[in-house]
Amino acid sequence: MSAGEKSAIAAGLMGCHSCNLVSRVPGSHGQHAEAVCPRCGAALHARKPDSLARTWALVVAAAICYVPANMLPIMKVTSLGNAQADTILSGVIYLLVHGMWPLALVVFIASVFVPLAKLIILVYLLISVQRRSQWRPVDRTRLYRLIEAVGRWSMVDIYVVTIMVALVKLGNLASIEAQAGAIFFGAVVVITIFAAMSFDPRLIWDNLESTHDKPAV
Amino acid sequence: MSGKSTATGTLIACHECDLLQHIPRQRQGGKAYCRRCNTVLHRSVRDSLDRTLALTIAGLCLFIVANSFPFLSFKMQGQVTQTTLATGVIDLYRQGMWEIALLVLLTSIVVPLLQLLLLIYVLLPIKLNRTPWKLAAVFRFLQNLGPWGMMEVFMLGILVAVVKLVEMAQIIPGLALWSFALLIFVLAGAAAALDPEIVWERMGSKR
Repeated sequence: MSAGEKSAIAAGLMGCHSCNLVSRVPGSHGQHAEAVCPRCGAALHARKPDSLARTWALVVAAAICYVPANMLPIMKVTSLGNAQADTILSGVIYLLVHGMWPLALVVFIASVFVPLAKLIILVYLLISVQRRSQWRPVDRTRLYRLIEAVGRWSMVDIYVVTIMVALVKLGNLASIEAQAGAIFFGAVVVITIFAAMSFDPRLIWDNLESTHDKPAV
Repeated sequence: MSGKSTATGTLIACHECDLLQHIPRQRQGGKAYCRRCNTVLHRSVRDSLDRTLALTIAGLCLFIVANSFPFLSFKMQGQVTQTTLATGVIDLYRQGMWEIALLVLLTSIVVPLLQLLLLIYVLLPIKLNRTPWKLAAVFRFLQNLGPWGMMEVFMLGILVAVVKLVEMAQIIPGLALWSFALLIFVLAGAAAALDPEIVWERMGSKR
């Protein structure tokens, strides 16, 4: 870091999360003061409150839900008396076997790979912040931006179940029912989105400045 | 006036790494990046207000069509089922899956509709040179809604579901499907055209 580069917190300033206005905060760094943005009235925080603890809690909750989300069937297809349960992975294999490999790849990435990658990356970011790592902060920030952007696409399987349930309801002839796996899967998607939101990427950078001015987290 | 404007530009703290820096007044269509972590700090859009407003109103019309007509029909051995966006939610609820029903209802219907309505609520008065009631709170709420509107993901879901069902029966696309597909592009356009600074500047001028 070159001389003269200073973070807002080190300068006793705070940027508003909502409108980006930078304002001076009364008190010493205003860590626990009820500061409010003078322009838009949003609550000001130098860093997201309890970022590490909240993110850890959400990551653990999501990891727990990830197991039943993949083990339990997400839907049951009944066609002419034959019932067949589908898990996330068997849905991907179905597409693959039927020659739709581009779509199979998309669903595999969105439903299996992305949630897992999100959890692993968040755990890595959390540990790297807690160990005060100074290693490649630009890339770590980029990783964070990536998981924040791709998380929503995991919802695709929930929508597939919804649409299939709505379309196929011909009684004994053919019907589709959503199963418990879908609830756990939905929970994984929602919880990981909240986990990414609660992580504060500025913590990655605080470690680089901690030699002169260590902000309390 | 936006933020603390000085001769060298606007003072900003990067929202990803907290670095304090001055960003210069940009040309329309220009982008400012954080010096340290490369995050986009500000993106200025030509005619942001007019473009966003036009696309949002178009989006609202498409949204109404997309939700009023069936978007897919499923034909099997002479029996036909038609679905609108909302029927999936209702069927899930009937099957006892209210958690999923609620999640789908929020992310594919309620949030996109709220986004469209609130954007019009915020931008139309600004266009007419007025300040809407509770502007800051409404716009902040709108920003927080952002990640929860998932219509483009829903569109991918439709594609996957159709491919899975096509062997089982005949799938007939409905009118709503086309307006739904258009809506996704219009929403993406509106999101890209919106420069939040035009809203916050309005607020600054009121204080």
